[in-house]
Amino acid sequence: MSEGRIRALGLLSGGLDSTLAVRVLQEQGIEVACVNFHTGFCIQSHTGAMRNPKPGAPPPRHDALHAADKLGIRLHLVDIAEDYVRIVTDPKHGYGKNLNPCLDCKIFMVQKAMEMKEQMGFHFIFTGEVLGQRPMSQRRDTFPVIDRESGASGWLLRPLTALRMPVTEPEKRGWVDRERLHGFSGRNRKPQMALAAQLGVTDYPSPAGGCCFLTDENYSRKLQDLWQYRGSREYAMEDILLLKAGRHMRPAPGFKLIIGRDEAENHFLSGFAEGRILIRAKEIPGPLTLVEGTPTPEELTLACRLAARFGKGKELPEVVMVIERDGSQEVRTIVPLPAHEIAEGWYV
Amino acid sequence: MTTQPNPDLVVDARRLLCPMPILRAEAAMQNLPAGGTLAVRATDPGITRDLPAWCRVNGHRLLEIRQSGREWTGWVVKGGQEAAPPSPLDISGV
Repeated sequence: MSEGRIRALGLLSGGLDSTLAVRVLQEQGIEVACVNFHTGFCIQSHTGAMRNPKPGAPPPRHDALHAADKLGIRLHLVDIAEDYVRIVTDPKHGYGKNLNPCLDCKIFMVQKAMEMKEQMGFHFIFTGEVLGQRPMSQRRDTFPVIDRESGASGWLLRPLTALRMPVTEPEKRGWVDRERLHGFSGRNRKPQMALAAQLGVTDYPSPAGGCCFLTDENYSRKLQDLWQYRGSREYAMEDILLLKAGRHMRPAPGFKLIIGRDEAENHFLSGFAEGRILIRAKEIPGPLTLVEGTPTPEELTLACRLAARFGKGKELPEVVMVIERDGSQEVRTIVPLPAHEIAEGWYV
Repeated sequence: MTTQPNPDLVVDARRLLCPMPILRAEAAMQNLPAGGTLAVRATDPGITRDLPAWCRVNGHRLLEIRQSGREWTGWVVKGGQEAAPPSPLDISGV
């Protein structure tokens, strides 16, 4: 490879650390481009995008894209969601506190970045990882595992924590000045914030913010529920999207309700009626409810009563519900379920 | 009301959440020559911030974004190779 100008490819989430890692290398005159991987579980204000907007709140944004814009670098957005299924369903290194396969995830992403490095002629790759900052993937004993299993040993530089790590190839070859790298460690973000001020990085998301739905307890419980009642640890993109929307209730093993919580969410859910049963109250404001599974006729009545409970007609003696499935429509008059008949265990 | 730009390609990204509208737009751009116009339809309000940023990062020109109810349509003119930031080649989909 011609050495010319040194070119590095970084993994960019758009958070403070990965943004700083870019700036540190830019300060050394290195040409930087980045990649951001879409797994399907990335938190990019999805809930905000589905719900009614909060008054005065700006629309959600893609943090990595905006960081790249500010940094003046090229960003490759790469969809790995399909390949990522095996990482979530069968992680070699197991899960963290919830269904987060952080170590396998990082190995997978670094491996993909290494493939891009080879194909696109970058000299090395880098991340914004900091030793001791994350309990599963950013530890002294897991960094070597990531490097080895991704095939990146020696070629993955971590500019923010490099002084605590063995010397990498870019440093040995004089492409990167080790003296101008950092030795941050631990969960305290103050050193990074000080560096951000020094480098003029001002617009970054909350430093403690999570980046993946799989680290979320509620989301993980819904995914466990999906796997348990399907009898398989598989999922489609539509499944993982719907786990982010609505109120999920399972009154019986054979069916589950996804109940919209506001007008915007109703609109979002209405696009997923195919292959599901759609329930809504006739002429009374209320949720749009999707039913997944195979409810018996009695269970479908229960689903209607439950859906009516969350609408404006919940105190009425009777509510007319419209049931749509497979292009046909049925009308059923029901009594909304009283609050005391809703079992706590139905909430997923 | 002013006339809408006439697109060469339309991406329907309605009911997809960030970053899928941008990923779909990026994939569609592969099939357009420089100077071609792409229309992106989306229901994720994030498109109003992400499409302009994506255009700047990739050297495309955003003509406009219009809202109609819960939907947005953005029109983008594909930039020439010289307009893009330094990068060897795009391998979206790796």
